[in-house]
Amino acid sequence: MTMTSTAETSAGRTAACPVVLRVEGLDVDIRTPAGTVRAVSNAGFEARAGQTLALLGESGCGKSMTAKAVAGLLDPVAHVAGGSAELEGRDLLRMTPKQRRKVAGAELGIVFQDALTALNPVYPVGVQLGEAFRIHHGASAARAREQAVQLMRRVGIPEPESRVNAYPHQFSGGMRQRILIAMAVALSPRLLIADEPTTALDVTVQAQIMDLLRSLREEGDMAVVLITHDLAVVAEEADDVVVMYAGTVAEQGPVGQVFANPRHPYTKGLLESVPVDAERGSSLASIPGSPPELKNIPAGCVYQDRCPLAQAVCRQERPVLREVAPGRRAACHFSDSLATASTLEEIQP
Amino acid sequence: MLSYLRKRIISSALPLLVVIVGVFALARLTGNPASLYLPLNATEQMRADFTARHGLDQPLLVQMADYFGGVLQLDFGTSLRTGESAATMALRAFPATLQLAATTMVLAILLAVIVGSWAALKPNGIADRISSFVSMAAASIPDFWLAIVGIWIFAITLGWVPTSGVTGAAAWVLPIGTLVMRPFGALVQVVRGAMVSALSEPYIKLARSKGASQTRVVTHHALRNASAPALTVAGDLTVGLVNGAVVVETIFGWPGIGKLMIDSILQRDFAVLQACVLLTAVAIFVLNIVIDLLYALLDPRVRPASAVSRARKARPAPAPVETAPANA
Repeated sequence: MTMTSTAETSAGRTAACPVVLRVEGLDVDIRTPAGTVRAVSNAGFEARAGQTLALLGESGCGKSMTAKAVAGLLDPVAHVAGGSAELEGRDLLRMTPKQRRKVAGAELGIVFQDALTALNPVYPVGVQLGEAFRIHHGASAARAREQAVQLMRRVGIPEPESRVNAYPHQFSGGMRQRILIAMAVALSPRLLIADEPTTALDVTVQAQIMDLLRSLREEGDMAVVLITHDLAVVAEEADDVVVMYAGTVAEQGPVGQVFANPRHPYTKGLLESVPVDAERGSSLASIPGSPPELKNIPAGCVYQDRCPLAQAVCRQERPVLREVAPGRRAACHFSDSLATASTLEEIQP
Repeated sequence: MLSYLRKRIISSALPLLVVIVGVFALARLTGNPASLYLPLNATEQMRADFTARHGLDQPLLVQMADYFGGVLQLDFGTSLRTGESAATMALRAFPATLQLAATTMVLAILLAVIVGSWAALKPNGIADRISSFVSMAAASIPDFWLAIVGIWIFAITLGWVPTSGVTGAAAWVLPIGTLVMRPFGALVQVVRGAMVSALSEPYIKLARSKGASQTRVVTHHALRNASAPALTVAGDLTVGLVNGAVVVETIFGWPGIGKLMIDSILQRDFAVLQACVLLTAVAIFVLNIVIDLLYALLDPRVRPASAVSRARKARPAPAPVETAPANA
């Protein structure tokens, strides 16, 4: 991980690239038998053309929910309770279902996590790849098929002319993921949301898929929102990162700066839990405890129960997400002290 | 395809044999036909002659061997009642049953797909509750009761349709209205369940992410996937109907195979009964093959080996780097 160099280049590029997606104050509620809980609270970020923004966090932190809310694909039990998500100036969250369908696929593409369940098992991949052209361009079946073959070639599937008629179960996991990616970029959308696109794949295939996503992003000058729990993927692929915890944004900023000098104890804890030159047999660093359940989010800071820095103020007052450096925001009462301290222990009062 | 057919025939042969032997023996337990066909004051000699003429004095095993010998030469015996060939009688009655079964199933499937899908759009919504109540009622009403109430209301009180027979389109209304209830009720439940699970699959989200309309999502993406479980149940229900809707055919005087079977049992017309059983068994055998083929058509994952290998031939080996199974 060459963080300093990434930090410089991304900071230099960021200003020049136009914002494609601007999410502000996004709240998502889930109805449960026990009542309504807030799954995402006041999430906000910007995704820029030609760049990758990573939503980073543990399972259940709300990163997927945030992306689904933006994409309009929330499950029936969840709904957007507030905020906005502007795709090139138009608020996706205030669109009618019909306007939404016009945007879906054409301007906003999504790559799903598990390609085996995301592909419809009963249709040949060519039909599914061509579907976007039929829906948005009114293409004929033959024309859609041609486009499908081209897409398959573009994402590196060998012999697309014969395989266009094959069914999803006749492809390997990596090839299925390529097909999903091809579907998402079919109409050259401005924004691509990739929801853990490599989690179900083995490591060598993961790298190929990330390479493919990167080259497609550069080709189409797309903004990519990458949802992941993998710190290494974030370090390698993303320009900016949004670290989420218990439905809130803990910290955000250019990846190089955030990883080199985290301004939230949760980010710091995550980074310290990555084994670096660990001795065999030595215990691995981890963050004690587990995230709070959504129905028991404490008053004050959401991270207080696991935070080594937690003080009385953390139990009473929820820290607001504020600018801690140019282009960087963090939600911690002690983010300024974190900037200068090299270990968490130094901050103890 | 040929090896598949051979397998099907071999696996069906034994059950078919057991059924025929069972019917053969059970029918003869009902008693000697002589007491039905001869006048009450017939002499012992006349009875013995009748029994001997029809080979009924032979031991059961000999009768059975005779029968199977005949079957192998496509001789299915003659009716005691009419002296006609039993096979001709069964074949003549069969189209009436098939028409009834086909119309009933087409209607039941169409209605069930519409109602079941409608219910599945919003599980536990108002549409779902109504359809659940209606389908449950339809599946549980006994057909003899429904037939009689139907005749009373629509044929006798209102006089809209005839009470029985096959004269004109109106005569079809009551038998089909009665027969359609159970398949409709059962299929609504199956279609609803299959659609609820199909609509919650990730591929539905993928379709929506491509901008597919609700109609397209339901009819193109979900329904095709939900059709396989519905087909299984529809197949079983069709088998029941092809077997002769015995009660309904009898009540409405429908000249189908069910009515012929009942008449043959009551008349101890063994050859005709056996011909009917054999014919329906063959029909069910063919129906099962058709269902298997439909299954393969609907779901590419269950296509027989030959079809898959054909697809494989068209498909090149995957790129070398991808050969490792990806966490599958």
